[in-house]
Amino acid sequence: MNFDPAIFWEYLFHPSIVRGAELTIFLSVVSQLLGILLGLVAALGRISHSRIPVFRWISGFYIWLFRGTPLLVQIIFVYFAIPQLTNQRVVIPEVPSAIIALSLNEGAYMAEIIRAGILSVEGGQMEAALSLGMTRWLAMRRIILPQAIRIIIPPTGNEFISMLKNTSLVAVISAHELLFATQEIYSATFRYFELLTIASLWYLAMTTVASYLQGKLERRFERGFVREPQAVGFFGRMMAGALRRG
Amino acid sequence: MNAQNAMVYVEDVHKKFGHLEVLRGITLEVQKGQTIVIIGPSGSGKSTLLRCINHLEKVDSGRIYLEGHLVGYKEVNGRLVELPPKAVARQRAEIGMVFQRFNLFSHMTALENVIEAPIHVRGVPKKQAIEEGLSLLSKVGLADKANSYPSQLSGGQQQRVAIARALAMHPKVMLFDEPTSALDPELVGEVLTVMENLAYEGMTMIVVTHEMGFAREVADEVVFMDHGVILEQGKPEDIFSNPQHERTRTFLRAIL
Repeated sequence: MNFDPAIFWEYLFHPSIVRGAELTIFLSVVSQLLGILLGLVAALGRISHSRIPVFRWISGFYIWLFRGTPLLVQIIFVYFAIPQLTNQRVVIPEVPSAIIALSLNEGAYMAEIIRAGILSVEGGQMEAALSLGMTRWLAMRRIILPQAIRIIIPPTGNEFISMLKNTSLVAVISAHELLFATQEIYSATFRYFELLTIASLWYLAMTTVASYLQGKLERRFERGFVREPQAVGFFGRMMAGALRRG
Repeated sequence: MNAQNAMVYVEDVHKKFGHLEVLRGITLEVQKGQTIVIIGPSGSGKSTLLRCINHLEKVDSGRIYLEGHLVGYKEVNGRLVELPPKAVARQRAEIGMVFQRFNLFSHMTALENVIEAPIHVRGVPKKQAIEEGLSLLSKVGLADKANSYPSQLSGGQQQRVAIARALAMHPKVMLFDEPTSALDPELVGEVLTVMENLAYEGMTMIVVTHEMGFAREVADEVVFMDHGVILEQGKPEDIFSNPQHERTRTFLRAIL
């Protein structure tokens, strides 16, 4: 067997790897938040009651476009194709390019998750709110969305975990995230096994923390709803979560 | 025309769902302080009529007035034009509604349900809204449940909170859409008692119900609807003991 523990320990907390992990977290958090925002706007557009169907069309087109093309293509598009189209007048650096592509892509998925959450709230809730003199928007903000959040959180947790992993795609535009940092080192040392093990451990650590936070959020938004019996302990909950998602 | 004096005046209202004509020319006058009970077989258009009165449904033709003001529309050159959402919302704030399925806000406690609209629609200061909310909850006999969530309350308790929630807006009229139909039999009484007290206090009420005891005791007038029209209307004693119409007789025989 050709596994060198010395290499492994040397690079596990190597500054370059740590910086890569930091960028991975930064890209994930920022793109996820922007994605939720975009998704909310697109979801509200899709279910809008407005007599002008323009909002529904724009939202539908956006979701269709960004869900229907590969994320990798979108990343390369923003970074390489836009400069070409504008004769290099618009050149977007790696990190902003990554954020633009990741959040636009995420928004398309979040739109459907948020829409499903809103639709899961019983129709009578909106009617009761309207009958009390609320406008549709106030009712959405005060009555519907707070209840929809309970349904929205678990799949959003999934999305965030996917996001942490999908950021590795931006290595193709040389953004110095975790995979790119790893690649830099193994192309100089040829220690693929050690370096890819290190990267995998970092990704696992990040996704584990993310699913723990998801569990905490879920419990915060259970207000007023009867709780399901809880699986015992952290791994118990993780297994229960995995079963529920499975 | 009495439209100006009446609390609610429904004038020749028609409403279609697709090809189905649910309301086929309804005219109804409700004076301030009156309790009107609407009875009739399911599918007769009773609920739709209530939902038109607070503009949860649009009418196809006809007019509905609250204290002489058109509800949901304005008249432009003799044609009805729907009001903007904000104006409709302002009108709905004046019309309380209680639903068959209660529809309490599940993520809020009983008290939060009651103070939500006064604070966020009327702009009542929170402290004042809470005081008033607590007194409304004790009025419906639920002072001790202020901090309970709907999922922790029985159906009867939920419906009483729903009544308190509607009353918190100081509505000019209260609409009840089969308020006891979703309740276990032993819980019906507590809700009817609250409604009865409201009626005696002088609240204007339009009640769709199958509770004939309530209609007999509390109603100033009973309206019998069938297939989208009002077939018969009168004092409860006349309707119940001496119905004029064959369909009314059949219906009452089946239900009593």
